[in-house]
Amino acid sequence: MNHASVPTRGPASPGELFLSFTTLALQGFGGVLAVAQRVLCEERGWLSREEFIEILSVAQVLPGPNVCNVALIVGDRFFGLRGALAALGGMMSAPLIIVLGLTALYAQHAANPLVAGALRGMGAVAAGLIAGTGLKLAATLRTNPLGPVACGAFLLCAFVAVALLRWPLAGVLVGLGVIAWALARSRLG
Amino acid sequence: MPIPWLSLFGHFLLFSLLSIGGAITVAPEMQRLLVDQMGLLSPEQFSASIAIAQASPGPNVLFVAVMGYQAAGLAGAATTLLGVMLPSTTLALAAARWGHARRQTPAVRAFKAGMAPIVIGLMFATTWVLGSATPGWAAHLLTLASALLLWRTRMHLVLLVAAGAALGALGWV
Repeated sequence: MNHASVPTRGPASPGELFLSFTTLALQGFGGVLAVAQRVLCEERGWLSREEFIEILSVAQVLPGPNVCNVALIVGDRFFGLRGALAALGGMMSAPLIIVLGLTALYAQHAANPLVAGALRGMGAVAAGLIAGTGLKLAATLRTNPLGPVACGAFLLCAFVAVALLRWPLAGVLVGLGVIAWALARSRLG
Repeated sequence: MPIPWLSLFGHFLLFSLLSIGGAITVAPEMQRLLVDQMGLLSPEQFSASIAIAQASPGPNVLFVAVMGYQAAGLAGAATTLLGVMLPSTTLALAAARWGHARRQTPAVRAFKAGMAPIVIGLMFATTWVLGSATPGWAAHLLTLASALLLWRTRMHLVLLVAAGAALGALGWV
């Protein structure tokens, strides 16, 4: 890992990776991203925030579920292919069993107003957790070579394009990404 | 009606490669295939698949397994989930290794610097899009409060989600 400023320590074995990703996935209702950031950066200290956002950037521009790509890449950094499979397996195995069990239960309880209300409340919290994670990660932009003004502009453009204009994500990522890359490339000299 | 296994698997392999930003971005294509073309799911079953995966712990991509399960049992779940995961995971692993080996080059450093603000902006956009799916000022207030609590406190995330479920069950949001 190339960020000397934040010392990071890794998991002891692929088994520890599997278990860690299992427990973090089981805490992730309505999305795992917020939990993944907290566990990997804050609780385990396996990644700095900068490393997390770097891995998330790669996960984001490639096809596939973002958090699964994050698990794969993190696992691969520590133990190669074995680590990648351990992390992804941990992320998916237990939740898969639970979700299929819930599918059987759901059919009987979908019309219950308590269930519908609880799902609605959970959805509202899950939505907030993603923005909360964004607020935490925004602190890493202070040291970004683009500078605060360009960072703010790119952040705002991405938000407006996807949230307000509802442009397709792939187009926004490629379009804005190329401009931001070219600008960063020129600032890095 | 017989399940067109090979065609099902093949379509999900293709969806995988198109799923930039997550499998949910190709959900409309999945609906067209499973509901309209193959007739394996009702529109209600399709929407329920996404809701169930949202409410259960783990990555949201598991909604794809729920669809496969509702369409064709456990073999169906295996077909759709493997189909949607195999190409994207292979590609992610290869691309991440390629980039990490070249992490000191200006091109890769510029990628990291340039993408960071965009990725963070997209997180706020995700909250906005999800938030507009649950209308009402009480729900929006709960979303805002969760964001601020996550940002400023070390409150446990499961506690936050449980509080949301309780408020929702009480009919307050």
